Amino acid sequence: MPARSGGLFALPLREARRVNVTMPQLTLDANEAVAEVAYRLSDVIAIYPITPSSGMGEWADQWAAARRPNLWGTVPSVVEMQSEGGAAGALHGALQTGALATTFTASQGLLLMIPNLYKIAGELTPAVIHVAARSLATQALSIFGDHSDVMAARATGFALLASGSVQEAMDLALVAHAATLESRIPFLHFFDGFRTSHEVAKVTPLPPEAVRALIDDDRVRGHRGRALSPERPSIRGTAQNPDVFFQAREAANAYHRACPAIVERLLARFATLTGRAYRLFDYVGAPDAERVVVLMGSGAETAHETVEHLVAAGERVGVLKVRLFRPFSAAAFVDALPATVRTLAVLDRTKEPGSAGEPLYLDVVAAVAEAASGGASRFATPPRVIGGRYGLGSKEFTPAMVKAVLDEAGRPAPRNHFTVGIHDDVTGTSLEWDPDFSTEDPRAVRAVFYGLGADGTVGANKNSIKIIGEETAHHAQGYFVYDSKKSGSVTISHLRFGPRPIRSSYLVGRASFVACHQWSFLERLDVLSVAEPGAVFLLNSPYPPDQVWAHLPGPVRETIVAKALRLFVIDASRVAREAGMGGRINTVMQTCFFAVSGVLPRDEAIAAIKRAIAKTYGKRGDPVVQRNFAAVDRALDGLYEVAVPATTAGGCGRRPAVPAGAPAFVRDVLARIMRGEGDALPVSALPADGTYPSGTARWEKRRIAAEIPVWDAGLCIQCGKCVLVCPHAVIRAKVASPEVLAAVSPALPSVPAGWRELDGLRYTLQVSADDCTGCAICVEVCPAKSKSEVRHKALTMAPLSPDHDEQAARWGAFLALPDLDRDRLNPGVVKDVQLLPPLFEFSGACAGCGETPYLKVLTQLFGDHTIVANATGCSSIYGGSLPATPWAAGRDGRGPAWANSLFEDNAEFGLGMRLALDRQRAYARELVTRLADLPGDLAAAIMDADQSSAEGIAAQRTRVAALKAALSALDGNDARELLSVADALVKTSVWIVGGDGWAYDIGYGGLDHVLASGHDVNVLVLDTEVYSNTGGQMSKATPRAAVAKFAAGGKATPKKDLAAMAMTYGTVYVARIAMGANDTHTLRALREAEAFPGPSLVIAYSHCIAHGYDLRHGMDQQKAAVLSGHWPLLRFDPARTARGENPLQLDSRPPTLPLRTYAYAETRYTMLAHSDPQAAARLLAEAEEEIRARWAFYEHWAAMPVSPARGKSPA
Amino acid sequence: MIDLTTRYLGLSLASPLVASASPLGERLDTLCRLEDAGAAAVVLPSLFEEQITLESHQLDQHLSSGAESYAEAVSYFPDLHTYHLGPDTYLEHVHRAKSRLGIPVIGSLNGVSTGGWIDHARLIQEAGADALELNIYYIPTDPATTGAEVEQMYLDLVRDVKASVTLPVAVKLGHAFTAMANVARRLDGEGADALVLFNRFYQPDFDLEALEVRPHLTLSSSWELLLRLHWVAILFGHVRADLAVTGGVHTAEDVLKAMMAGARVAMMTSALLQHGIEHLGRVQADLVAWMEAHEYESIGQMQGSMSYRAVREPSAFERANYMKVLGAFPRSP
Repeated sequence: MPARSGGLFALPLREARRVNVTMPQLTLDANEAVAEVAYRLSDVIAIYPITPSSGMGEWADQWAAARRPNLWGTVPSVVEMQSEGGAAGALHGALQTGALATTFTASQGLLLMIPNLYKIAGELTPAVIHVAARSLATQALSIFGDHSDVMAARATGFALLASGSVQEAMDLALVAHAATLESRIPFLHFFDGFRTSHEVAKVTPLPPEAVRALIDDDRVRGHRGRALSPERPSIRGTAQNPDVFFQAREAANAYHRACPAIVERLLARFATLTGRAYRLFDYVGAPDAERVVVLMGSGAETAHETVEHLVAAGERVGVLKVRLFRPFSAAAFVDALPATVRTLAVLDRTKEPGSAGEPLYLDVVAAVAEAASGGASRFATPPRVIGGRYGLGSKEFTPAMVKAVLDEAGRPAPRNHFTVGIHDDVTGTSLEWDPDFSTEDPRAVRAVFYGLGADGTVGANKNSIKIIGEETAHHAQGYFVYDSKKSGSVTISHLRFGPRPIRSSYLVGRASFVACHQWSFLERLDVLSVAEPGAVFLLNSPYPPDQVWAHLPGPVRETIVAKALRLFVIDASRVAREAGMGGRINTVMQTCFFAVSGVLPRDEAIAAIKRAIAKTYGKRGDPVVQRNFAAVDRALDGLYEVAVPATTAGGCGRRPAVPAGAPAFVRDVLARIMRGEGDALPVSALPADGTYPSGTARWEKRRIAAEIPVWDAGLCIQCGKCVLVCPHAVIRAKVASPEVLAAVSPALPSVPAGWRELDGLRYTLQVSADDCTGCAICVEVCPAKSKSEVRHKALTMAPLSPDHDEQAARWGAFLALPDLDRDRLNPGVVKDVQLLPPLFEFSGACAGCGETPYLKVLTQLFGDHTIVANATGCSSIYGGSLPATPWAAGRDGRGPAWANSLFEDNAEFGLGMRLALDRQRAYARELVTRLADLPGDLAAAIMDADQSSAEGIAAQRTRVAALKAALSALDGNDARELLSVADALVKTSVWIVGGDGWAYDIGYGGLDHVLASGHDVNVLVLDTEVYSNTGGQMSKATPRAAVAKFAAGGKATPKKDLAAMAMTYGTVYVARIAMGANDTHTLRALREAEAFPGPSLVIAYSHCIAHGYDLRHGMDQQKAAVLSGHWPLLRFDPARTARGENPLQLDSRPPTLPLRTYAYAETRYTMLAHSDPQAAARLLAEAEEEIRARWAFYEHWAAMPVSPARGKSPA
Repeated sequence: MIDLTTRYLGLSLASPLVASASPLGERLDTLCRLEDAGAAAVVLPSLFEEQITLESHQLDQHLSSGAESYAEAVSYFPDLHTYHLGPDTYLEHVHRAKSRLGIPVIGSLNGVSTGGWIDHARLIQEAGADALELNIYYIPTDPATTGAEVEQMYLDLVRDVKASVTLPVAVKLGHAFTAMANVARRLDGEGADALVLFNRFYQPDFDLEALEVRPHLTLSSSWELLLRLHWVAILFGHVRADLAVTGGVHTAEDVLKAMMAGARVAMMTSALLQHGIEHLGRVQADLVAWMEAHEYESIGQMQGSMSYRAVREPSAFERANYMKVLGAFPRSP
C-alpha cells in the first residue's frame, strides 16, 4: 500500500514556515562558527590538527586559500606547524611582533602549548585560543569531550571563558577577542569537544556591525604599539634573580583583577548590539531556589532544560552557568546566586585524582567561605557545597542525571565527591538516576537514524537540518555518533526540530522517528530501544512490503507491536542502484524521511531537497546533481507502509555479539561494548590500569562485506600475494598432510602443495567471511588467470553466501589446522611467509588499508619476540580502540606486546623500552656469570647464544626455560633476581611504529635523536603522506602538487626526504619500501632492519583512503609510485661500509612512468587539476623536475667510492 | 601565382591543409605554431561528454568515500572553491584559441547522450568556434542493435544538433557502413555541412604476458589514404556537403590526390606528430612546387577532377576494378 502523504506528527512545523526573520539564520557547527569569528579578527593563525578542533583550522585554511579578508580587509596568514608546541611558539612570536593572532586546539595539543601560555599571559599579551575541550590521555586515549585539558591550563594566567552551545560559542568567541584587547589578559575560549564543536545547530549570526562595534581599533593599535620593533627597541624575556622575580610576578595583578569587569561590560555591550544577553555567571531557575547546580559548558544547557522542567513542576531549584571561570570573580559568583540557596551542587567535567575536590568545586567552596567570613554574606546561612564529576570523555549527561544531582542536594546529608552518569560499584561514588525521567519537548520531532558510514546517512541528515533550519522558523539540532571502526562503521544521527529553543545537549532518548538504513543492523543492534510509543519506523528493506514482516527478527517484531510503531519500508539500495548512486542510499532515505515525517509538505520538501543537492553537489558537476535528482524522483515510488500484524510469533533472534566460546572478559565486557551497551558497564568491569588482553578482534564477527573473494584451487599458483596484501588478515593459507586435513575438515578444498620440499602435503586457502571487508585488493593482486576466460582468476569476488554458519565453520576448521614449523619455511620468500600465522588480524582499519599489511607481515616475521611502541594516529586507533584489538598471540601464547604513549614522543617511548630491555639483559647476564651453581654448559650456551634467526630464538627460549627450572631449585637472592629477569636473555625486538605525521612532523625531533642514539631499535614509518587519522591534513611527507587540508591550493613545497636525512648519519639502517612494487624487497628490508644491531628506519609507502581512489587498486598505485620515481626503493646498510661497499643500494630502476600517470590516478592530485589547472600543471612540472634531480642525487650517492674506515656501524 | 584557397564549411581557407584533432591542439603555443607553419584551419581535440560525466562521478565518489564515517575524520579532503568540471575548461580553450589565432577554429565534440550533444554543441558555438565537427565514435557492441538503428541514430543526432546551433556542422564518420553512399546522402539530407572521411578507430591490443587487453595507438600511413580517396571520389557530386579527407594524409601528393578525388580539405595529424609541426610547411611548399611544375593555377581547378563522375573509366572504382586487380596479381606456378 502506498504511503499516505500527510504528516505523522502533531508538530505544526509547516505553520512556521518561512517566518520573516530580520537576520538569515545559519545552521552550522561550533567549529565553523568559532573559526568564522577568529578568522575575521586575526592577522596570523598558527594551526595544527587535533580532534575535535581540527575543523577550525581547516576552515581558516580554506578561507585563506580563497583569499577571504578579515575585518580589516586583509587576508590572514594561516600556517600549519609541526606540532601544537610549534603552533604556540609561532603564536607567541606573532603576538610579540604586533599581530592579532590565534590558534585552535584540544587535549594533548593544549598541554603542548602550556609553556607558551605562561609566557603569553606573563607578558600581558592579547591573544585568544579556541579550544574544543577534550579528555586527556590517561589509562586510555579519548578523543571525546570533557574539561581535563582546559583545567590543566587554569594556572597559566589565561582567562578561561566557557560556551555551552553553538550560538554561545560564536557569541563568546567574539567577546573573547574583544576582551583580550581591552584587558591585555589572553583568553582561552572553550566549548565541549564533539557535543558542541560538532553539533549542527541553527544559530543567529553575528551582525557585522556588532563585530565592528565590539572591536576597538585603538586597542588593536595599542597592541601593535607594544610590539617588538627595531624602531623602538626593547627586550622581553629577561632572566630575573631572587631579588625581583616575585615582585615582577605580582606586578600584573591589576590586569587580572580588572578582567572580569571588562568582560561583564563587553557582555552588556554585546547584549545591546545583538539582543543576546550573557553574564559572567548566568542564573536560571526559581528565584527562591534552595538547590542550585553549578557547572559550565554544554552540560549547563541540559541543566537549564531540566531546571525549567522542575521549576514548572514546583521545585525550588536552579542552575548557575559559569562563563568566565578564570579570572574567577568570587563576588560576581555569589551575587548571581539566589539568597535562598541552601545547597550548591558543583559539577566538574574533569577529574583531579588526589585533590580535595575538582577545580570548580574548590573555587566555589572558597567563594562561599570567603563570602561567609567576610561578614557581609547575602546568605542567611552559608550554603552547603557538594561536588561531583560527570561527563568524562563525552559520557552522556542527561536531565535525569541533573535531577539526580539536585535530588541528592536536597537530602539531609548529601554525598560529596560523587559521580553521576556511571555505575561505580568499586568505590561507590555514583548517584543513581531515573532512566525514565525525561524533559524532551513533546512538540519537537526527535529522530534517530542508523546508517552505515559509506551510505551517506550523516551527510544527508546534515542537509536535512539545513533544510528545516533554513526553510522554517523552527529550531534545529543534529548530533552524530560514529563508530570506532573505519570500515563497515555504524553511524547514529540524532536530530531534533521544534518550535522551542533546543538546549538538549544529550542524545535523543525518546525518538518519534527511527530510521534504520541497513537491514543487517536489525540482527545485531537494538535500534528500536529509542523509539517512543507510536513512533514511526522507516526501514531500508531488501524484501518487498508483503514479505518484510516474515524476515524481521523476533525482538524487532515484538518492539513494533508493543510500542505500536508505524512501519514504513523501502528497498533503498535497489532504488539507489537504479538511479546510478551505487551504495549511497542517503538521498533516497532522506526523501523518504521528509515524505513520511511531513515536516514540510511533500512537494516543498522535494524542492528543498533538490535545492540542497544542487548546493552540495553542484560543484562536482551536473551529472552528479542529476543522478541525485533521479534518486529523489524514484524514492517515493518505492515507499510503502506495512500493516503491522497483531502477532509477533516466529522470527530469528538477534545474532550474538561474540561466539559462545569466547573468553569470559570478551563475553562479559567487550561483547557488551560491541552491542552498544558499554554505558551500562559498571566500574568494576574495567581494568583500573588500562591493561587489556590482546587477540580480541578475532571474537568480533562483524560480517560487513557484501562480496568476498572465492578461491579457485585449480587456478591458484600458491604465490601468497593475496595473503600478504590482505589488510585484515582474513585470507590465509596453510599446508597440511592429507591425513590431517581429512581429520580436521574434509570440507576444506585443497591442492598439492607447490613446494618441492613439501612434497606430499596439501595447500589450502581460506577466507573468513565474517571478518572480510570486501576490499577486493587480494583479487586485484592475484596473478593467476584462467586460460579459457581471463577475467576469472584464482580469486574472484562473489556475493556473500547466505549460509554464514557453514562459512564460519570452515574458517574454524581451517584455524584448527596445525601451522608448519618455522624452520621449514624461508622468511625471505613471500610464498613461504604466507604460511606464517599473522599476529595482527581483523583490524577496524579502512577497507583496503595500505598500512596494515606491513604490520601484519611484521608479526608474521617477528611477532613472538616483539614489543611495539605505537605513535598516536591511525595505527594506534585501529590497533588499540576498544572493544577489540587486532594485536594477537600465537598458539604458544606469545605475540607482540603493544603500547601507545602519545603522538609526539613515540620514538623516545620505544627507546625507553629498549634501554630497559638492554639493562635487564645485561643484569641477567651478570647474574648468570655470578651464579656458580648453574649447570656450566647451560650458562655458557645461554651467554653465547646466536639469536639471529627464529630457530636461534627458539633454542634460547628452551635454554631459558631450563635455566628457570634450575633457578627455582636454588636459594638466594641472586637466583630470585635472575628468575625475575631471565626472560630478558631471549631476544626482544623493539618496533617503533607510527605514521608520517608523527615521524616527519610532531615526533621528528625525538625520532632524529633516537636514530642518532645508536641503540638497537627498529622504526617503521607507515607513510600515507598525510595526517590520515584526523582527516587528511598536510604533513611534511605530503608530496608537492597534492591537495590536502591545510594545502588546499596544492602543496607547494617538496616532500621531505626522511630517508636521505637519516642516511646522512651513516650509522642508521634505512630502507624505503613499497609492498605493491616489490614484496620480496619489503621482506628483505624488514628482516635486515630487524637484524641490524643499531637503529633502523623503514619507510613504507602506504596507500590511503585520503589519496582518493578505489583502494582495491592500492598495490597497482604502489607500483606506479615506484615506476614514476616518486618512491624509489632503496636500502642503506651501514654494515656494508665496513666491508668497503657503498652502503646505499637503489633497488628500483630509474623512472620510466610519467609522474602524471601515477599522480592523476588519485583525487588528491586531480582535484587541483580540476580546481586550478594552471597551478596543477606548474606544481606537477616542478615535482617531475624534483624526481629527476633526486634520482641523480641517489645514483651519485650509490656510486661513490667508500673507504672502509668511514661510518662504523654500531656494535 | 598559385591559388591554394578553398572553401570548407562556408569558410574561406588559405589552403586545403587543415590540422585535425590531435594533442597538438591542446595547447595554445602549439596551435600558434600550427598556424605559423601554414595550417589553414585547426580542428581542436574533442570534448568528450563521457569523460566529463566520468570525472564528475569519480570526483564525487572519491571526495565522499570514507567521509562522515569516523569521528576524527569526517572528511578527507578540503572543500575546494570550485572544480572546472564539465565543459568549462574546453570552452575556455576554444575561446582562447579563437582570440589568439587568425585561422578558423573548428570545435570537436564527442557525446553519448542526445542532451549532451546538443548542450555542448551550443556551448562550443557560444565559445566562438567557427564550425563544429561531430566526432561520432560509436561501436555497436550490442548484437541486438541493427545497422538501420545505428544509421538512424546518426541521422537523429545530426538533425538535433543542426536544429540547435547556427554554426556549420561537419560529421566525422567511420567507414563501416554497409551502404556508405546512402548514409552519406541521408546525412547530407539532415543538413550536415561537411562529411569528414574517415574516423580511425583505435583497436585494442592483447598483452600476452599479463593476459590483458591494452589500448593501442598507431599513427596512420599514406596507404590508409586510399580508402578515403575511394569514397570521396564516389561521393563527390552526390552530396551537397563538403567533403574532407582525414587519415593517411602525409605528403603533398596525398593532398593532391584528396583534392582530385573531390575533397575541399585534407586533414593531417599523424604526419605532424611524426615529423613535427614544421612538416606542414614542407607539404605546402611541395604542393606549390608540384602545381607549378604541372601548371595548375588553383586548387579549385583540380577539386573533383578524378572523382567517379570525372574519370573516363569509373569502373576502376567499382567491382570490375576488384576483378582486374585480382586477375593482375602474379600467380604462383
